Amino acid sequence: MSSEHVLDRVVIRFAGDSGDGMQLTGNRFTADAARYGNDFSTLPNFPAEIRAPAGTLSGVSSFQLHFASFDIRTPGDAPDVLVAMNPAALKANIGDLPKGGIVIADTADFTPRNLKKVGYESDPLTDGSLDSYQVHTANLTAMTAEAVKGMGVGRADATRAKNMFALGMLTWLYNRPIEPTLAFLDRKFGGSTAVRDANKAALRSGYAFGETSELFAVRYTVAPAAQLPGTYRQIHGNQALAYGLMAGAELAGLPLFLGAYPITPASDVLHELSRHKALGVTTFQAEDEIAAAGAALGASFGGALGVTVSSGPGIELKLETIGLGVMLELPLVVVNVQRAGPSTGMPTKTEQADLLQALYGRNGEAPVPVLAPESPGDCFDIAVEACRIALRYRTPVMILSDGYLANGSEPWRVPDLADLPRIDPGFATEPNGPDGTFLPYKRDDVGARAWALPGTPGLEHRVGGLEKADLTGNISYDPANHERMVILREEKIAGIVRDIPDLQVDDPVDDPRADEEATGRADVLVVGWGSTSGPIAAAVRRVRLTGRRVARLHLRHLNPLPANLGTILSQYRRIIVPEMNRGQLTTILRARYLVPAEPYSRVRGLPISLTELAADLIRIIDEEAK
Amino acid sequence: MSSRPEGLMHVPLPLTPLTRKDFTSDQDVRWCPGCGDYAVLAAFQGLLPELGIARENLAVISGIGCSSRFPYYVDSYGMHSIHGRAPAIATGLATARPDLSVWVVTGDGDALSIGGNHLVHALRRNVNITVLLFNNRIYGLTKGQYSPTSQPGLVTKSTPFGSVDAPLNPVSLALGAEATFVARSLDSNRAHLTGVLRAAAAHRGAALVEIYQNCPIFNDGPFDGFKGASESAIWLTDGQPITFADGRYGIVQGRRGLEIAEVSEAGLDAVLVHDSSIDDPTRAFALSRLTDSAGLTQAPFGVFRDVSRPAYDDLVRDQIAGAREGSRGLQAVLAGHDTWTV
Repeated sequence: MSSEHVLDRVVIRFAGDSGDGMQLTGNRFTADAARYGNDFSTLPNFPAEIRAPAGTLSGVSSFQLHFASFDIRTPGDAPDVLVAMNPAALKANIGDLPKGGIVIADTADFTPRNLKKVGYESDPLTDGSLDSYQVHTANLTAMTAEAVKGMGVGRADATRAKNMFALGMLTWLYNRPIEPTLAFLDRKFGGSTAVRDANKAALRSGYAFGETSELFAVRYTVAPAAQLPGTYRQIHGNQALAYGLMAGAELAGLPLFLGAYPITPASDVLHELSRHKALGVTTFQAEDEIAAAGAALGASFGGALGVTVSSGPGIELKLETIGLGVMLELPLVVVNVQRAGPSTGMPTKTEQADLLQALYGRNGEAPVPVLAPESPGDCFDIAVEACRIALRYRTPVMILSDGYLANGSEPWRVPDLADLPRIDPGFATEPNGPDGTFLPYKRDDVGARAWALPGTPGLEHRVGGLEKADLTGNISYDPANHERMVILREEKIAGIVRDIPDLQVDDPVDDPRADEEATGRADVLVVGWGSTSGPIAAAVRRVRLTGRRVARLHLRHLNPLPANLGTILSQYRRIIVPEMNRGQLTTILRARYLVPAEPYSRVRGLPISLTELAADLIRIIDEEAK
Repeated sequence: MSSRPEGLMHVPLPLTPLTRKDFTSDQDVRWCPGCGDYAVLAAFQGLLPELGIARENLAVISGIGCSSRFPYYVDSYGMHSIHGRAPAIATGLATARPDLSVWVVTGDGDALSIGGNHLVHALRRNVNITVLLFNNRIYGLTKGQYSPTSQPGLVTKSTPFGSVDAPLNPVSLALGAEATFVARSLDSNRAHLTGVLRAAAAHRGAALVEIYQNCPIFNDGPFDGFKGASESAIWLTDGQPITFADGRYGIVQGRRGLEIAEVSEAGLDAVLVHDSSIDDPTRAFALSRLTDSAGLTQAPFGVFRDVSRPAYDDLVRDQIAGAREGSRGLQAVLAGHDTWTV
């Protein structure tokens, strides 16, 4: 009989061939953790190749899950447990496993040929090279085949079910009920009873094997985390983004029109929205990125909420349309799910190096609001906010998500739509000029122009990319008018600052939970934006646990920047700005506020490591203390 | 139901009868003196009252170029957009708004060079828009560079030694994209142009009308041979034998494709009778190849193809309408199937 240990957090990484079902296994285990009430955060990592050659390092796909009994902010830097389905998966991931970590390996593929394919001279499972880890090996493939024998499935389907065997083992190891996954398999394989039954049998066998084999001396429990009361679900960033866009349109009472062209890692937003025709969502898969943006702007011209979604290389092609949107002063929500660049870069790897492009990447003086979600669930709130700003101010709005948020997941408290403020598109229906004329570029108190839809009698007018005469919108080359219009457009966007909340700095002086030594205003402020929120928050917590003081500030609005940002920055001696780029926000902060912000740059295609960041912050804080 | 054409069937009628003046904006028309664009604008504004559509439900979307100034002069809703992108913008507008009559105004550079991709796909999808392609075989607004339809050898500012580019035939391109309505007319023949525009407006789905249009400044006179009692213009009329040059010549089916024959030798019975409603675009394509794209010594005019195929935007709206019946509402979607309560 194994003993039981209670843990407060565990990081498991499932790794195998890209066809081994590791993403499915990981997602399933996540769903169980969620249902149990753990807080969690996940990070899938897969190759861009759909089916890279089997058993090779380039074909390794992995899924990391961090689940805990407290509020966690990242999928974890290093796994505590590595599940390796073949030698390539072991080789590609063992370097991340701290000494003493658990390895669970399927021995079936550890043949001399497969070992050689990835450069192992001898079998690491038996040659002693893994002595500093807790290694558990079993022939999962063979046991799975045995479990499903006579169930009428072919060899391929039988082998494929080994991921369910592995999941069954872990379900036992972490003291989780098996029933939800059995129910899931009923839903997933409803059409094919043989495959369904084989997968269920594999899952049950894996669970039973964990219980009876005495392979594991210890069984673990991770208690539920304290969360705000409410109804929760698991959500991925791209899914939350799609939901937020639908919510924005619904709150405004407008049909949603998405123009998109397939691109990694943004396509899931297109996929998700394509499913919701029942809610009146139109999705248009265009011939290219340019047409996707153009059609969205055309739909906005017609009174829909036009949205276009892409990633860096696609956003480059949409810039001219965004510029036209600035000139026409029509709503358009542009989502950039950033990935590592430049050019094609690393499509499946994350980065946040498109900030300056979002802020400045257009010809002429063409400011647009820029927002960035800080977590998968926050993608919903940011999308609603983007819709609100786009409609209220008649402007394109850029959302900067990234691959890490897009594919990562976390628990999400399902909002009640009735609690969210309505958005009034405020269409013009009456003449607003002298003698019953209509002035399409007459502005309201926030500088937003009158927006009349085609089909409105008496308000016929023309818009276009040529400079507009103030008020009438007629073509104008007048020098004074051009300068006035440039400034009017600029002031309109800058004025959105009145509509966004002040920042709250997270400083131990304000934090009653912090250790005694950690109180008092910090000298060092860490400023982040977008998806670095999780790693920064986790690193800051770790630093405070050592008794050091450090403050944290996070930006979700990048343009305009919140009104009190300058005041906050001026209160700290050192300002450290971790970014997954070469210092783009740092540049903005230095230019705008004349503060000595210091870049902390990581461009590895991975989220910033909280361990590294915490160690570096400790070093910086100790330097300051000298 | 009245005899309202399918292309306009969801567009509201005007409350009071309209005149050409109702569609004339207060902006001064600023094309060069003698530009063919004036004639096209006049024909368009002359046709609009008879289409029986509310003025506010007309939308004209253009790209960039001389002809793309067009929306400013039409008193309705309009957008002067980005070089080449008008078909894409119009696709979004037409899909979002079935109650609008959406027209795209574009030129040979706009539609065939920078915007070639969008034109092909709008036609292929059969979006319910009407594309007026002003073909003057030159870049006018940028002051005289050769275009993708310029005649070989044309000396321009960017081809001082003569153009070596092969010209594109827009009608062949549109038929290759399986456009459901493809026609050609010319600026100098008001009656023919009006008739073609009328047929294009009535068509449901994408309609492409190539309009030969003279640029008196940078490419004057390439279409002069088609004026008046032209020997070079081949007029296509449904149900009529395809003859030209006062009936002396006719189009016959030869052993290697369509051929030109003297009617007195071949006999009128051998001359093809035009039928734009043939579903297979092969015949229409063969007719389009009778265009002499190099020297313009010969070109067919009229409706090459006019067939019925579901319009993209109608299909999109039908799918949504069908799905809406089963809607559980957004709140249910947000919750999904797998929630837990804290």
